[in-house]
Amino acid sequence: MKTEEIGAAVVEDTRESVSFGTRDKDFSKEPLCLSGRGVTRVFHTGKVTTVAVDHVDFDFHKGELISIVGESGSGKTTLSKMLLGLLEPTEGEIMFQGQPRDISTGAKKREYWKGIQAIFQDPFSSYNVFHKIDSVLLDCINMRGGKNLPKEKKYEMMTEACSFVNLKFAELTNKYPFELSGGQMQRLMIARIFLLKPNILLADEPTSMIDACSRATILDMLLKLRDETGMTVIFITHDIGLAYYISDSVYIMEHGKFVESGKPDKVMLEPEAPYTKRLISDVPKIHEPWDLSTVDLLQNA
Amino acid sequence: MKHTLKNVFHSPRFLVGFIIFMFILLTVLIYPYFVHRDPLQGLGKGFLEPGTYVSVYDTNNTGTYRVELPEAAANRLEATLPVKDRQTMLNYLKAMGADVSGLDTSNEHFEELISAWKANYSEADAKKNKYEGFATQAQRNALKRLDNSLNADTSVAMSIVRGEGDSATTTKVAENDYVKVDEVANAVTLPLGTDNFGRDTLTELVKATGISLLVGLLAGSIATLLGLLVGLLAGYVGGIVDDVLMFIANIFTVIPGFVLLILIYSALGAESRSIATCAIIIGITSWVWTARSVRSQVISLRNRDHVNLSKLSGHSLFRIVTTDILPYIASYVVMAFILQVSSGILAEAQLSMLGLGPNPNELPTLGLMMNWAKLFGAYTSSNAWWAYFPVILVIALISFSLNLMNTGLDQVFNPTLRD
Amino acid sequence: MAKKMLEVHELTTKYITRQGEDVYSVDHVSLDIEEGKSLGIAGESGCGKSTLALSLMGYYFAPLHYTSGEIIIDGKNISGLDPDLVRKTVLGTEIAYIPQAAMNAMNPTRKVGKFIEDVIRAHELPMDKKQIREMAEQRFAKLGLPVDALDKHSVELSGGMRQRVVIAISTILSPKVLIADEPSSALDVTSQKMVIKMMKDMLANGLVKSMIFITHELPLLYNVTDDIMVMYAGQIVERGSAHEMVFDPIHPYSRGLMRSILVPEEGTRDVKLTAIPGTPPNLKHPPAGCRFADRCRYATPSCKVISPPLLDIGGGRSYRCSFSQEELREVYEHED
Repeated sequence: MKTEEIGAAVVEDTRESVSFGTRDKDFSKEPLCLSGRGVTRVFHTGKVTTVAVDHVDFDFHKGELISIVGESGSGKTTLSKMLLGLLEPTEGEIMFQGQPRDISTGAKKREYWKGIQAIFQDPFSSYNVFHKIDSVLLDCINMRGGKNLPKEKKYEMMTEACSFVNLKFAELTNKYPFELSGGQMQRLMIARIFLLKPNILLADEPTSMIDACSRATILDMLLKLRDETGMTVIFITHDIGLAYYISDSVYIMEHGKFVESGKPDKVMLEPEAPYTKRLISDVPKIHEPWDLSTVDLLQNA
Repeated sequence: MKHTLKNVFHSPRFLVGFIIFMFILLTVLIYPYFVHRDPLQGLGKGFLEPGTYVSVYDTNNTGTYRVELPEAAANRLEATLPVKDRQTMLNYLKAMGADVSGLDTSNEHFEELISAWKANYSEADAKKNKYEGFATQAQRNALKRLDNSLNADTSVAMSIVRGEGDSATTTKVAENDYVKVDEVANAVTLPLGTDNFGRDTLTELVKATGISLLVGLLAGSIATLLGLLVGLLAGYVGGIVDDVLMFIANIFTVIPGFVLLILIYSALGAESRSIATCAIIIGITSWVWTARSVRSQVISLRNRDHVNLSKLSGHSLFRIVTTDILPYIASYVVMAFILQVSSGILAEAQLSMLGLGPNPNELPTLGLMMNWAKLFGAYTSSNAWWAYFPVILVIALISFSLNLMNTGLDQVFNPTLRD
Repeated sequence: MAKKMLEVHELTTKYITRQGEDVYSVDHVSLDIEEGKSLGIAGESGCGKSTLALSLMGYYFAPLHYTSGEIIIDGKNISGLDPDLVRKTVLGTEIAYIPQAAMNAMNPTRKVGKFIEDVIRAHELPMDKKQIREMAEQRFAKLGLPVDALDKHSVELSGGMRQRVVIAISTILSPKVLIADEPSSALDVTSQKMVIKMMKDMLANGLVKSMIFITHELPLLYNVTDDIMVMYAGQIVERGSAHEMVFDPIHPYSRGLMRSILVPEEGTRDVKLTAIPGTPPNLKHPPAGCRFADRCRYATPSCKVISPPLLDIGGGRSYRCSFSQEELREVYEHED
């Protein structure tokens, strides 16, 4: 066994690492894709009123990868549901491609969902276990107006979508979702997005249920899809390191409010808001020291 | 799906329950093809122990065959045809438009009534014309039974006519005159004896089991369908719909169901209580818990990602409910249905036991049989165990088998119960 | 040389599935921890790290079964003991175990102090209520926990505080080994930091003599433990000091893991994030050769046949690969 032999195999493998088509690009000149002013959502349970999202403003540009970072209970899930149109804001306005968003009827909602799609955290609960994989992809073709295409054309499209995410459709056809691994399921979700080609993709912690050593594959596929279609990716995560690594723009969320936003280098390395400062300092790092001496143990937190 | 079915039949509990239930069901279905007896037809008088019986008129063990006198036969006729039956006959004759002037239920006009009946009644005619007050099959069956009992009695009278001449004729029968048991004309085997009316308990029990199963099935279907519909609507649509439906459900929860059943039932009156009303009323008082649990399951499903994705794919509300929600709760609904059937059967039995069951003149049910056994002292003075114990056993077996099937299914569908 | 608190020799435990198949989730694992030291265990889900934690307690319940090997705590062999004896004499006094959801394990109707009484009762120690209370107060004060928490119900405490209280309760008898399986993963980063601070204090004060910390979060592990051990498919693939393991991993799998680390600090955006393709082998039918061979980009045909032993290269460092460390390092350099 010689080292040269080992080295030869390395060269072939470029697929599994994350590559950025556009890094450090200035997206502020791109047209606005989705923006919000004073978006608020209040929940009433009995006599208790919870303000899950509290007057947030945001501007997401075309092709940008935006991370919304928050800990559990920060309201990021509620915000993502409002962005997707699954929940109505109680107050405020959301603009979709420069126009006020109107999703008051079923038909308008369906039209809106042609422009925005999602990938969720848990691939195991993202599928209807009673339906075969084919139906997931066929739904997407039908939604894009390909209902009357010939069978062969549909098959070809599904094969293309699967090969984009390194899956073989011929092996998957007629299988049920639970016959796949978590990673494969999540890749199939990306194949779904590939077929739908929305303007905006909302990815809600798409890698948190996936082992760290496999997540690069998923992230790379998302980035490649972004580069090919120019879609905007809204990345919801609690993983501050990942958000820093991948995004073009970061929003930090606490108690339903954006406490800080901007370029990741600025937000993560020179945070200004007290919450961001605390958050960044409390995340364990490997090059910088993790200071435990400041911790106040008596705090009931 | 196929795999699940296989798993279901690999569960020993389900299998045992299923076999018991199927045995009961098949007995109910097949028995009438072998025994053609009408379940409410009286054979003898009072409680008869299980065994093989021969008509007293065809037997003699004294060596002397006594032919009865016509007057005695007439007296017996009078005694055996109660005033209530005479009224029924009169009602029938009136309903079909026969001339009833001069007829009444008194003993003086007894012979006239009988002959008027004999001249006018025919089973086919009653069936064809469905006279007012005798429109249902069960009511017509009662008429037929009445007619049969008249025929049985008059056939004795006929034999007297044959022995005419002297006021009394005696014929000697030798002690060594034997006849093969099979050749005895009116021998009946009653494996479970007869009840207080002299009806064959086994035939009655099989019929009653069938009727009770039907009541349970109907009540269970109504309760499950209603519960499913309310639960799906309240759970998926939410908001004001949920509030209103759950308000109604809460009202039903706080009113004790059984008390409500008793009130509705006594208000209806015995005559208008048919099998179907019984099932419907049990059904609409027991849907609440199905609705509640379906609702809570739907609420947890509603927030699952696959439902959200289905919405994002532009599917309609109907399609989401039928394809993304219903299949997930289907196994649960099947289990709830089985329990509802079981509790429907028990509810009917309880009501009938209290004398609030379906009309006792039409069809037997398990609860009615218990009620009769109680009323006529089967478990006190007569000590006729065969009139109630088999009924208890059948109720217990049905309930047991259904519950076994339910726990068996639970084991298959609920991963936390797997060992 | 410092005293060894925990020594494990060739420990093997298995799960018996419903179909009656054996799954060896901990396969000939040997490790040791010196007094006052901590060891971190890393690996992807299903690698056997949580099973190892359960197995180390010596308290087995179906479907987990003990197969072979020795567990020696401070010179006392606890493997193969009767489960009742283990519960009375080992758990709590020799070993304490804290799972991820420990904070939800407290009965909400009882006050925190009651649980401490339970622990003392279960070990049949001759102490009356007053003495127990005194001891508990001292311990809480020493750990920097508010003493009034003893009179509260668990629901009155926040998640982070609850987790710290549970850790304090389970270590009240100063066990020799503390095993913590993802103790802070369900918490927000600030509470996590408090839990870690308390655990490190406990180790420094000698309230626990050694610690095993299991997590999939590598930056956390790097900051918490002295040594890191990487597990893959039920086996140890590499062990070394935390710094060596993060900055100079030898085994291709450890290297893959370490290269997936993303932290919010300078230089992170320049990392080349690389995936390890494929999935771990099914342990019902483990491969004959190296268990990582199928996913290893350097694997040769012989790797799939020959199962390499865990090679000890001195300085507390060991790894499991057919290649020598020099060969591997050369390839890594070539690759960068």
